[in-house]
Amino acid sequence: MMAASQTSASVPRVARTMLGQVVLPGEELLLPESAGPGTEGSAEQTLRLGSVVRPRARVVCGPGLRRCGDRLLVTKCGRLRHKEPGGSGGGGGVYWVDSQQKRYVPVKGDHVIGIVTAKSGDLFKVDVGGSEPASLSYLAFEGATKRNRPNVQVGDLIYGQFVVANKDMEPEMVCIDSSGRANGMGVIGQDGLLFKVTLGLIRKLLAPECEIIQEIGKLYPLEIVFGMNGRIWVKARTIQQTLILANVLEACEHMTTEQRKQIFSRLSES
Amino acid sequence: MKETPLSNCERRFLLRAIEEKKRLDGRQTYDYRNIKISFGTDYGCCIVELGKTRVLGQVSCELVSPKLNRATEGILFFNLELSQMAAPAFEPGRQSDLLVKLNRLLERCLRNSKCIDTESLCVVAGEKVWQIRVDLHLLNHDGNIIDAASIAAIVALCHFRRPDVSVQGDEITLYALEERDPVPLSIHHMPICISFAFFQQGTYLLVDPNEREERVMDGLLVIAMNKHREICTIQSSGGIMLLQDQVLRCSKIAGVKVAEITELIQKALENDKRVRKEGGKFGFAESIANQRITAFKMEKAPVDTSDVEEKAEEIIAEADPPSEAVSKPVLWTPGTAQIGEGIESSWGDLEEEEDEDEGGSDDVTILDSVKMETEDQNVGDHITDDTPIVLSDSEEDEIIILEPGENPKKTRIQANNSKQEKASSKKAIRKKKKKKKAAKILLF
Repeated sequence: MMAASQTSASVPRVARTMLGQVVLPGEELLLPESAGPGTEGSAEQTLRLGSVVRPRARVVCGPGLRRCGDRLLVTKCGRLRHKEPGGSGGGGGVYWVDSQQKRYVPVKGDHVIGIVTAKSGDLFKVDVGGSEPASLSYLAFEGATKRNRPNVQVGDLIYGQFVVANKDMEPEMVCIDSSGRANGMGVIGQDGLLFKVTLGLIRKLLAPECEIIQEIGKLYPLEIVFGMNGRIWVKARTIQQTLILANVLEACEHMTTEQRKQIFSRLSES
Repeated sequence: MKETPLSNCERRFLLRAIEEKKRLDGRQTYDYRNIKISFGTDYGCCIVELGKTRVLGQVSCELVSPKLNRATEGILFFNLELSQMAAPAFEPGRQSDLLVKLNRLLERCLRNSKCIDTESLCVVAGEKVWQIRVDLHLLNHDGNIIDAASIAAIVALCHFRRPDVSVQGDEITLYALEERDPVPLSIHHMPICISFAFFQQGTYLLVDPNEREERVMDGLLVIAMNKHREICTIQSSGGIMLLQDQVLRCSKIAGVKVAEITELIQKALENDKRVRKEGGKFGFAESIANQRITAFKMEKAPVDTSDVEEKAEEIIAEADPPSEAVSKPVLWTPGTAQIGEGIESSWGDLEEEEDEDEGGSDDVTILDSVKMETEDQNVGDHITDDTPIVLSDSEEDEIIILEPGENPKKTRIQANNSKQEKASSKKAIRKKKKKKKAAKILLF
């Protein structure tokens, strides 16, 4: 009886039943398809996976998950999240783990704030907080040509996007979109304050219709840039206001909604 | 890993803020960050937090033979370690310049000031003395390591108890903690380091600089002092020329700060002693509070249903009458008529949008009802679009469903949900209106 209960604890659970719950590294999750009628043994499931053609249940492993045979292997601790695929119902969709960390790992397509650390030939080296600096070509700016070089100094802030971000490879950034437009990217102004927050907070802030951002926008007129690498650049009219905004944003992570509302109302009064 | 470089804009902002007498964390020029002292379950173990800078102090003791030239004195040993845990730029197992400087300063502050009575650590002269070892680990680096480390060292030493020893003739007995109460070290005074950062060639001065302030500072002055205002050590680094009255002013500030910190340490020690005596809960697990991440909580939003009916009426009133209403019904066959030309169905894409919406909303019942709603409308839609309206009994039923009396009930749910639903209800109402018209015409 004891042995049975122990084994049942280590049996991988169905991913769909774990949504929103905490998962730990090393845990295995079953996809709803593979946990279908034949849940007796995993060998049988792999057979079924090979033989039966599944109708377009595409599963995408997001951050914190890895594919392990026909299962998902958790590699980070955090909450399991899932997004249904657009349009078609049924299985599939994106699974990922919402984890709390500070170290950024470059991801293709992410918009980040980097600091130029060196100029070497026709490349800039940009620190983005990852394990190694990203490279940024001087031609990857709007309107840049061989003659017309962008004015970038060492120590400047760059808002750009990753075009190459692979494991064990130097990531590459650009400051233009696919049509050659800056689209808000490029060198960030000389004023303002850069500070770091956790990656979880950045994701929260960048979520569509984030309350914090809407409330902050009502406080003071401000310019703000969020990098997916946890860096925020903010500039308000005065140094005092900039400092307040930076501190409020940083503190938001550990405040409940009520506390936050109180602080915002107090700030807007003063 | 390399240190994150400081950007030009940060540097500029910091210096401008310092000129305006503002600091990043809202402190005043002479303010210290919050100091928090917590003790472990063992004696001689503590964590000192100075803002976000954290230092773990652990004292251990060992019986060794004394140094030849100091036969009656115990040995004190200090060791500060900067691990990668504190900041990724620190390399493990390497004596960096910063580390050497900090260790040296710590030794000067604590050993050379003779704050610990080393003679009381002697067991048998020339044979056995206690060696007291203070290990300090930096757990998190946010500037001003030396102040945090010196506080951690002295707190750990004050908290430490060594096993009792008795000497009878040639026999030395070492008592375990259970046999006899361990004895505290005899401490004469508590030297504490206070750091001052200078900016713009000494024009501006800040107490307790944090990591970013340390990066833009021109020079640093560290004064170690005890509460009797005796300077234990003083060190200036960064190659800055300081005037005499600047140093004097710093020493005055240091005196005030040291008095405050000493009081805090004594309070913390007394508190811990009392808790242990009373048999309460102590140790890091009890004293260090967890920081909860609350920014990700989804609050359940209450739905306001007070004036929904009025709103729904308003929407109906505001809605434009359908423009392409054809007044002439076409009679295809007896009993079958068509009003207007079939309009393209706009319900298909609406459904998709709703699918995406599902994730964000939290109330299941509302969603369910909306879904049913759309299905309902779909059925209605089909009839208008694809097939000509059939004037039969079933058609009459259809009209009855869309009677205005029942309208608010349906729109209530929709108006509440979101803008998108509102739009859909608008559409629905438009359709309904049209149908009503049609019905009227037909009845006429």
